[in-house]
Amino acid sequence: MKAVAVTDVSKSYGAGKNKVQALQGINLPVDKGELFGLIGPDGAGKTTLFRILTTLLIPETGTATVNALDVVTQYKQIRKIIGYMPGRFSLYQDLTVEENLSFFATLFNTTLDENYELVKDIYIQIEKFKTRRAGALSGGMKQKLALCCALIHRPSVLVLDEPTTGVDAVSRKEFWELLKRLQQQEITILVSTPYMDEAAMCDRVALIQGGKIMDIDTPGGITKKFANPLWAVRRGTSFELLSKLNEMAGIKSCYPFGQEYHIVFEDERAKSEVEKELKVLGFNDILFEPIQAGIEDCFMALMKSTSDTNEVHQ
Amino acid sequence: MNKAISVQHLTKKFGTFTAVDDISFDVAQGEIFGFLGANGAGKTTAMRMLCGLSNPTSGEAHVAGFDLYKEADKIRKNIGYMSQRFSLYEDLTVRENIRFYGGIYGLSGSEIKSKSDQLIQMLQLENQRNSLVASLPLGWKQKLAFSVALIHNPKIIFLDEPTGGVDPLTRREFWMMIYEAAHKGTTVFVTTHYMDEAEYCDRVSIMVDGRIEDLDTPAALKSKHQAKDIGSVFLQMARKATRQDD
Repeated sequence: MKAVAVTDVSKSYGAGKNKVQALQGINLPVDKGELFGLIGPDGAGKTTLFRILTTLLIPETGTATVNALDVVTQYKQIRKIIGYMPGRFSLYQDLTVEENLSFFATLFNTTLDENYELVKDIYIQIEKFKTRRAGALSGGMKQKLALCCALIHRPSVLVLDEPTTGVDAVSRKEFWELLKRLQQQEITILVSTPYMDEAAMCDRVALIQGGKIMDIDTPGGITKKFANPLWAVRRGTSFELLSKLNEMAGIKSCYPFGQEYHIVFEDERAKSEVEKELKVLGFNDILFEPIQAGIEDCFMALMKSTSDTNEVHQ
Repeated sequence: MNKAISVQHLTKKFGTFTAVDDISFDVAQGEIFGFLGANGAGKTTAMRMLCGLSNPTSGEAHVAGFDLYKEADKIRKNIGYMSQRFSLYEDLTVRENIRFYGGIYGLSGSEIKSKSDQLIQMLQLENQRNSLVASLPLGWKQKLAFSVALIHNPKIIFLDEPTGGVDPLTRREFWMMIYEAAHKGTTVFVTTHYMDEAEYCDRVSIMVDGRIEDLDTPAALKSKHQAKDIGSVFLQMARKATRQDD
């Protein structure tokens, strides 16, 4: 049995000129105990998909199940076994930390003590603020409280909508370490993020863009599929070089990646011609080193190929 | 160095809490300056002071050549500002937003007209010029917001996490726009949580607990801290924070 199974789900908002197709024919199987990442930018459809899985929205077409329970007909049962942390802080701002926790525990007929082992790691970090109103907590503390509330009934599936957005690199790293520990408690975790580098922390990921899933695989599986040889320029990078590379013939794509540029050539011959031309232009010692593609390289290549096919269809 | 920003001993206290603790630095005209720090390190407070939106408790600063205390109004006229959270009015159209900001910054009717046409053409928004900004994809919105923030040719543009949540292709297009603006002489002061973007800056400062712990070119920071990238430098430094995140 899959923890989550989504079959041909579509959903749109609005009508006529303002119609937005949020999801188009989504298929998504998530295994029990998996730490599964839904990776894509804002507006890709991540939140819509999560709202369908948490029974807050009804799909227009297709079906979705959580632990084999149907999201439309068996929503009441699903709500008992799912934990959900929305992207926007949704706890009661005028209740204290303690009051929020006991409120959500009561809703699920449980207490903080009953599942203390599960939330202990997180709870001890907010315990000293337990009498503070939730609205007066810092961003990081709000997030920890929300996660505690989402876990308080020991859900078998935990859905986290962009828990690391707007969070600094240090806290992001800590949050993922926390998820890894939670996963050992046999909870299936579905997490969405716009940060491509977080894909590496997941067992499997789905890359989503424009309401469509472009690929589902292990992070390693996705990067292995990168179709072309990829080259990096590591030294001598400059705005002038980047602008030049972007307008040169024979270069299929050239993207800056921090201190380096990642380049795909049309073919092997194009590479040697570009090398020659760069020397003539006075860019000396520009070296192309072969590299392995990362998730972000793959995401951009998939985005480009999807938009190219769309243009052909139009 | 022709200074766009010059800061000496700038401090901001809220009651007993020192949000910004005695920071000093200069930013050169035309420089892309990355302003990094963990959540709660004091970045936003510092940026608000430099934009003339919040009075310092002590210290001196000149922004675009104007004194922070005496000439805050002139500072505001000579800077542009854009953040991820707020920049454009969602319930106004593309053209209305351009007209609104042009008007705010005192552009004449004909200047606004020609700027509008120019921006809409450059951003390839011809078919969306009369659409509500709310209906644009995030990446387009952010590119438009950036262009609108430059509408009055400010000397300095402040960008507060301009690329959060933006797709990777658009994120790179956005940085090309930043490079072009800097190339034309605009000073760019930018915060980001994407560590690869820190590498695109001419110089980077890292704030920890209200203080600037280090400031240098990305290459110098990496060699000084023996790190492979700015992300690792950032992790090393930000972990030293002792300030309680509360």
